[in-house]
Amino acid sequence: MPKEAIVRTIGVKKSFMLGKVPLHVLKGIDIEILKGEYISIMGPSGSGKTTLFNMIGGLDKPSEGKVYIDEVDIAQLDAYELAWLRCRKIGYIFQTFNLIPVMTALENVMLPMIFAGMSADESREKTKGLLETVGLGHRLHHKPFELSGGQQQRVAIARALANDPAIILADEPTGNLDLKTGKEIINLLREMNKGKSVSIITATHDLKMLDVSDRVIWLRDGMIERVEDRENIHIKVGEMEGEESG
Amino acid sequence: MDKKIEKQLTLPLKNALQMSVRGLKARFGRSIIITMSILLGIAFLMSVLANNAFTMSLIHKGPENIKILLMTDLEEVRTRQIWLVSLSLLVCIVGIMNAMLMSVTERSREIGTMKCLGALDKFIVELFLLESLAHGVFGSIAGSIIGVITMTAVYLFQYGGLIIHIFPLGKILQYALFTTLLGTFLAVIGALYPSYVSARLDPAEAIRREV
Repeated sequence: MPKEAIVRTIGVKKSFMLGKVPLHVLKGIDIEILKGEYISIMGPSGSGKTTLFNMIGGLDKPSEGKVYIDEVDIAQLDAYELAWLRCRKIGYIFQTFNLIPVMTALENVMLPMIFAGMSADESREKTKGLLETVGLGHRLHHKPFELSGGQQQRVAIARALANDPAIILADEPTGNLDLKTGKEIINLLREMNKGKSVSIITATHDLKMLDVSDRVIWLRDGMIERVEDRENIHIKVGEMEGEESG
Repeated sequence: MDKKIEKQLTLPLKNALQMSVRGLKARFGRSIIITMSILLGIAFLMSVLANNAFTMSLIHKGPENIKILLMTDLEEVRTRQIWLVSLSLLVCIVGIMNAMLMSVTERSREIGTMKCLGALDKFIVELFLLESLAHGVFGSIAGSIIGVITMTAVYLFQYGGLIIHIFPLGKILQYALFTTLLGTFLAVIGALYPSYVSARLDPAEAIRREV
């Protein structure tokens, strides 16, 4: 079965007005991300990573070019349809976890299901299952401030999976975590990616991420510098982490 | 190929209420300040109205000498009172608006996150208005009660036991209902602009904002 593209961008350009001078952040990006792929977008700050990321996530629209998510041109969608897309098709994971502070882990994960119109009982059951999958079955009723960073990110992963999205977008998911926890989160993402065949797209600086990515897209100055398949990536993650042996 | 998007996004009232209550608890200090601002404005309005009710009651049922005394400067006092009350209520709305705008800034990341999870603009507006409604209801009920109690105390002090006999209960209750409704209405009006601002937040920007 040929793999279907879940995200396609065609000649995506984006510029912002910096005072009166236009700043071209993206200068024509063509990528195709397949269903079930694990993609890392790497690049220095200012390379347009975040902007590209926002486009793929339906949070921003390109100045020129097209972005298709699951074959839907996002430029054609109105606010309601965009919200629907964000609710059902895309799961977000953030560097700063962004759980709703006044809600428990259970309620945080249930929230997108409630938006999607699922009944309370059904969503509660599903949430329990998801939180167990990410290893937090015993932390259902804890508020975010009672959880460690790694645990919060696990809740965020469960929340991202709430409505069985086609894509999970993770923006520097390990940026606020220590090495070991970061590694655990990466492995968890990889497991979810394999187990639920959801495409994962991360924007990251974290070289640990290279090890699990199917492809790595390197951005520089708003252009794709190179795309590498996993086989061709020659960085051995273990060698870079002195404190973690075995 | 253009896939049809089946439109359905909901935020049941039960969940919205629950979230608002949590929000109120989490920002209890600010909630108290907003509620106090409504309380003070409404207490002032209520005391003026109660004052009128007492005066009218005294004029109709009270002894002759008091009646003449009260009749003389009734008009002038009333005009001044209307000005003062209107101003205080205006200040009250501006205060609510200010506090709610701060709340929006403080919660921008939360709002951005909810939008990423599929919240519509109207869900965000709904949450803010529900919170403000709660401020309004509590603030104006408490304000009305405080206003009545204060004025009753003042009249008791001035006219003694006489006031118990002519207590204008019907009028007072009517006024209390009016001030409660008005206070609630004003609280919601004050929250309209801030909730609009919060709903218009760009999620991509809001989730990355550091507060």
